[in-house]
Order: sequence, then C-alpha cells, then structure tokens
Amino acid sequence: MALKFPIFMDAQSTTPGDPRVVEAMVPYFTEKFGHPASRNHPFGWEAEAAVDAARGKLARLIGARDPKELVFTSGGTEAINLALKGVAEMYREKGNHIVTTVIEQRAGLDVCKRLERQGFSVSYVPVQPDGLIDVEEIRKAITDKTILISVMFANNEIGTIQDVAAIGKLAKEKGIIFHTDATQAVGKIPVDVEAMGIDLLSCTAHLLYGPKGVGALYVRRKGPRVRLAPMMDGGGHERGMRSGTLPVPLIAGFGKAAEIASAEMAAEGARLAKLRDRLQDMILSSVDEAFLNGRPDRRLPQNLNISFAYVEGESVLMGLNKETALSSGSACTSATLEPSYVIAALGASAELAHSSIRFSLHRFTTPEEVEYVGQRTIEVIKRLRDMSPLYELAKEGVDLKTIKWKAD
Amino acid sequence: MAYSDKVVDHYNNPRNVGSFGKDTPGVGTGLVGAPECGDVMKLQIKVNVETGVIEDAKFKTFGCGSAIASSSLATEWLKGKTVDEAAKIKNTDIVNELKLPPVKIHCSVLAEDAIKAALADYKEKNATNPVAVASK
Repeated sequence: MALKFPIFMDAQSTTPGDPRVVEAMVPYFTEKFGHPASRNHPFGWEAEAAVDAARGKLARLIGARDPKELVFTSGGTEAINLALKGVAEMYREKGNHIVTTVIEQRAGLDVCKRLERQGFSVSYVPVQPDGLIDVEEIRKAITDKTILISVMFANNEIGTIQDVAAIGKLAKEKGIIFHTDATQAVGKIPVDVEAMGIDLLSCTAHLLYGPKGVGALYVRRKGPRVRLAPMMDGGGHERGMRSGTLPVPLIAGFGKAAEIASAEMAAEGARLAKLRDRLQDMILSSVDEAFLNGRPDRRLPQNLNISFAYVEGESVLMGLNKETALSSGSACTSATLEPSYVIAALGASAELAHSSIRFSLHRFTTPEEVEYVGQRTIEVIKRLRDMSPLYELAKEGVDLKTIKWKAD
Repeated sequence: MAYSDKVVDHYNNPRNVGSFGKDTPGVGTGLVGAPECGDVMKLQIKVNVETGVIEDAKFKTFGCGSAIASSSLATEWLKGKTVDEAAKIKNTDIVNELKLPPVKIHCSVLAEDAIKAALADYKEKNATNPVAVASK
C-alpha cells in the first residue's frame, strides 16, 4: 500500500474516527433529533432508545452489571472531575484524605491540587522505575481519613498498565472508594469493573475511535453504592449526577465505538502489539543509548515510549513532523519548558526526560507506516546526535555528571 | 508550534556544525546551558591571532529546533567579525532574525551566552598577545 502523509502515530492524544462510528451518528443529527428526556412523544422515545442502547454497549465493554451505572459526560476530563470532586464533597464528613499517584494525567493531578487548596489532604504515591505503582505504597498511604483512592488504569505516556485488580481488592478491604482513570485503557485492553473491584471509572470516546466531546463515568450502584455530589445543576439528567441535554449523536457514536471495541479488541491488540514490537526492535537495534520507558510486558499494545540520550525531544519531533505526527514527553512547546513529569518520576535523569518520544499506533496503522516511521526516526536521531555536544562528550569518554554546567 | 521559515531552514540545513580542537591556537570554546534544562550549546571560534578577526566558527547544540537555529545563526554572524564586533551581538538580534516566539527567547539568550563564553575563553588563552585581543 502506498504511504499517505502525514502519518498519524500519536493515537494516545486522540484517535481517528472509525467510519462505522460516524455512520452510526449521522441519523441523530437530522431525522432522529429528539431530546432523550422528552418522555411524551416518539422523537424523545427514539432518542432515549439510542442513548439506552449506547449505555448498554459501553456497560458490556467495561463489565458493568447495570447500564444505569454509566453517567455520560463531555469527556474524560469531566468524568475525572466529577469522580474526584463529587466524592470529596459527598464524603467530606467521613474524611478528607485522598490517595493518588504522581503519574496521573493532568486532570487528575489538577483536581487533587484544587482539593488540597480546599482543605483536603492528598498523598501522591511514587512510581517504580518500571512505571508500575507498588500496591503496598498505596496501602501505606491510607489513613483512617482516606475516602478515595484514584489510580490510572494505563498511563498516557508510557502505556504501563497498573495492577488495578489488586488496588480494587485493597480498597474493598479498607472500605474506601476506588476510582480509576481508564481513558487510555477502555477498548484497548480488557476492563472489568466487577472483577477488578472498581467503584468509579472514567473513560472517553475519542480515544476509542469515537467522537470528541463525550465521555462517561461509571458509578457503582451496589456493593458499595457510590454517591456523588453533582457539578452541574439543572434538569436532573443522568440520575441527578450530570444535568444537561445529552448529546445523542455523540453518545450513539460512543456506543458504536464500544460495540466495535468489544468485538475487535483482542485481534486488534495482537496486531498492534506485533507492529509496535517491530518498531521497537527496528529502533533499539540501530540506535545506541536508546532506552525503553515502562515495563515491556505490562504495556498497552499500541504504546512505545523511548528516551534517546543526548538529543532533545522537540528537536526530534521537528525533524519528523512534516510527515509523521508523534509526541514528546518533553513539554518544551509549553511555556513551562519542563521535561515529562512521568518520565522524570521513573527516576530517569532530567536529560532523558527531555528526550522521550511516544509512538502510539492505532486501528488504521499499516506495516508500511511502521517501517517508514522507524527508518525516519533512526535517521533523525543520527543527524541530531552528530550535532549534539553531549553525544560528542560522551563519545570522548567524558562523564557528563562531572561537568559544571553554566545554566542561566 | 509553528516555526518560522528561518528556524526551519537552520534546523534542516544547520550552518557550521562541528568542532575544532580545543587547544588549537586561536580557538575559543564556549559551552553553556545544562542537560537538565534541555539546552546545551557548544560554540567555537577560530581567530586569526595576527588580525583579531574570526575566520571560522562551529557549533554543536543539544536542544529544540530554535536552540539549534540560534546557534547556527550565531556561527554565521561570527565569521568575519573582529573579536570586539562579535561581543556586540545581542540575543535580541537573534530573536528578530529568527522571529522567535516568547517561549523561545531563552534559546537566543543561550546563544549570546555561548558567544560571550567562546570570546572569553579565546581572550584568556591569548592574554599575553596584545594584537590578538586588541580592537582594530
């Protein structure tokens, strides 16, 4: 197959929409435009049926016992906000302590920071060098005031999959509510809220080949029944937890995306893992001092994250970005100029945290694209190393740590 | 972020990449920045000790495209200048030439630091030769 440019290999930022999803959405913009809360006429019934069907498909994908346990939101960020703030407000009399991790995505960390300003106390459990959270560290962080444990299912940068079932078991044992940010995991790897003891789960459609603008929060109804203070007041939609007219076309698309994922996840995961492994082998066999981030056997199948010593991430992307969309852990394009906090949390040197590149494959990635991106990456790294004073020093045998750097 | 055409050009076709022997007569070396900050520049000048004119300049940079472009441009500007003229290159000149956005101004500052460091190293090594460091 001929290559089509630019090649998209940044599928943990968002995924391309699946045409089958788009097709499922279209009728709900035009002939089936009703409001699902209009209980008195066929337009409303039709819209409500579409929402119920989507809820059912999503419930099946994550192993929820009852579709009613799913609350639709505007996306993953809102789901995370609702879970954390909703629990904090509802259970404040019970306690004011939350346990989370240092590698949560920004929404999780930022909500926790806000809650800290409001008088909550938050423990940020460290991560091990392989990207995994030690469940014992979570146990140690728990106090008699802990009302919530929030740990991401799979990491957005390094793809590491946490031992969610063990954390769920610990939470149950201690009688603490357990939330997991599963935005990267749902539809990619098996997720089962019952088997894994998950009480709250955030997910989003656009990482699942569905539309942007819709996500969901799973809220357990039985054993325990989790209650949340809503953030949106209004018509009392979504069992009072999230008022607002439901975006029926987006939800129909989310449902279709969930249905496809349920049917195709296993085969797709195996295919992507094979392509990912090929990309990994290509790069690691031809580039020296390239380090794989995250434990290899506990990763999302589509994720590959490599730190290339002696070159800076943004400059690598610049060499590729006309033809290939990738992402760098280095947040150099932001005003803060900070390296990836996830890579840094693994204990890597700040220099390696500045040098990480994330390749994320998706449903439509072809073997030809993988070959091309692998080759081009190798070329760009070699070119940048030829211009790197650090590489030169290292090749001369100088230990970079012994140099007194003159930073401004 | 969209890069200016000039930054892209310097990134794709960097001028004067390379190194001189540090102890070669007439060579001044500046090494500035820090790996943990994500930017390190090595800038070298080769001065004709008879005339005080910079005859050649080379760089190697670890950093983003704007850092590479800033140092590449600096080497272009240094060639043909006297040591004193070179000291007058300002980071704002680099910002204007490359149209660097505010978040990339530190790249130009680092390039100016690298020029100053290379000049200082050269002057230190040639302190006993008044011609080499004198103004023309």
